[in-house]
Amino acid sequence: MSEYLSDYASLLSQYDVLGAFWVNIQLTFWAAIGSMVLGSVLALMRISPPASMRAVGAAYVTLIRNTPLTIILVFLVLGVWSQLTISFTDDFNQNFFIYAVIGLSIYHAAFVCEAIRSGVNTVPAGQAEAARAIGLSFLPAARLIIFPQALRGAITPLGNTLIALTKNTTVAAAASVTEISALMKTMIEFRPDVIIAVFLTVALGFVIIVIPVGLLTTWLSQKLAVKR
Amino acid sequence: MSTSVLFDVQGPRAKRVTMILNVVAVLVVAVLVWLVVQKLGEQGQLDAEKWTALFTERTWSNFFIPGLLDTLRAATLAVVGSVIFGLIFGLGRLSSVWILRAVSTVVVEFFRAVPVLVMMIFFYLGLARTGLIQPSNTPFWAVVIALILYNGSVIAELVRSGVYQLPKGQREAGLAVGLTPSQALRSILLPQALTAMLPSLVSQFVVILKDTALGYIITYPELLASARRLGSGDGNILQTLLLAAVVFMIINSALTFLAGRLSRLLSYRTSGKTRPLHEAAAGDETG
Repeated sequence: MSEYLSDYASLLSQYDVLGAFWVNIQLTFWAAIGSMVLGSVLALMRISPPASMRAVGAAYVTLIRNTPLTIILVFLVLGVWSQLTISFTDDFNQNFFIYAVIGLSIYHAAFVCEAIRSGVNTVPAGQAEAARAIGLSFLPAARLIIFPQALRGAITPLGNTLIALTKNTTVAAAASVTEISALMKTMIEFRPDVIIAVFLTVALGFVIIVIPVGLLTTWLSQKLAVKR
Repeated sequence: MSTSVLFDVQGPRAKRVTMILNVVAVLVVAVLVWLVVQKLGEQGQLDAEKWTALFTERTWSNFFIPGLLDTLRAATLAVVGSVIFGLIFGLGRLSSVWILRAVSTVVVEFFRAVPVLVMMIFFYLGLARTGLIQPSNTPFWAVVIALILYNGSVIAELVRSGVYQLPKGQREAGLAVGLTPSQALRSILLPQALTAMLPSLVSQFVVILKDTALGYIITYPELLASARRLGSGDGNILQTLLLAAVVFMIINSALTFLAGRLSRLLSYRTSGKTRPLHEAAAGDETG
């Protein structure tokens, strides 16, 4: 047993586990911002008056939600990067990182859009009617009355999307980003005898990241709930 | 959507503005499409043979159909397994025996927090070491087991929340006519909760089908892997990956449509909410 532990400790000192987790956290951070921006625009389009904008928003959500994230990331790297030769920087790793952030943002924007839309559904009709009654047109009404309440109602689904995004950053391995799942594979291939300990370390890392996010969104959604 | 509460029935001026916005939106989309097409043309991706190759007999019989069959094989087994897993642990979380509740809670919360890909890699490399399964079969079982553990845990939560979302009166009425709490759970709450969760369950199948694509990373020869193999051989990987995505979209759209139909059909047969997970909240959606 003590031999197992010392083997495991020496493996940990050889590989930068925290550094790899840090890559996942950075991916989560940038993709959360990207998908939030794109998802909010899509949500606005899906509830806006012009029929064509609603159609574009709905088509985006339907298409992306039914496509595996793995295909999106592989397509960006093998299709867009290597075939269309679009690159953002000369630094190879940086370039893959940016592609992974783009892919994760594209995919999760569809879920952010649906989360916000479900938040909009929690806003009673009277709120929108009151906004119209005092003369606000669509955009001011959306900005001042609907969205602030909808975002509060959307905290729980948005939190779930954030948790899903955090776990999905591991799929960036398909876009050649060296993050924790890729490192775990390397570590196990190098030292297959401590496979259980390596797996539990990575799993525990995600439990430590994901559970506070869940608790925080539950707390926030209760604290910020619109009293009705 | 003329009945939307967010904007009024439009007058002449608003109609004009809407028309202009419609035209602008169409133009923006057209410009984007044109930019993409131009870039594709520049790189010679519009050559006819790169696209026509997708519709030859060889493409389908050697690559896409075997790949799709492998995807469906893993997905079907994972669906069956995760429903069984979900029922067992969902009932465990509702059990009146505290130790069963505690164990089920820990199992469900753990497997929901760990990324599916991490589990897949663990089983892929771990199963090979046990020697129980032929080496050529380890990717398949790694995909199936990881999908069962994750999606089974999500389904367990569906079972539990399905029971909690039923109106309180259902259980109280059961107790009032003399049933014990566990009898009320078995004969009144569970049948309604299971009916109510069917649409969400079908939506979860979409997640399972999408997640089989993760098998690509651990060398399982599913649809995405076949598309890549074909595309890198023939030099039309952009086109083959697009086709693979379209195949996934078609199957998943059919499942999503089914979930919507089920939810309307079943809403008469239960006092629970039948709205699929997708619409209710963009919840446990991954890879």
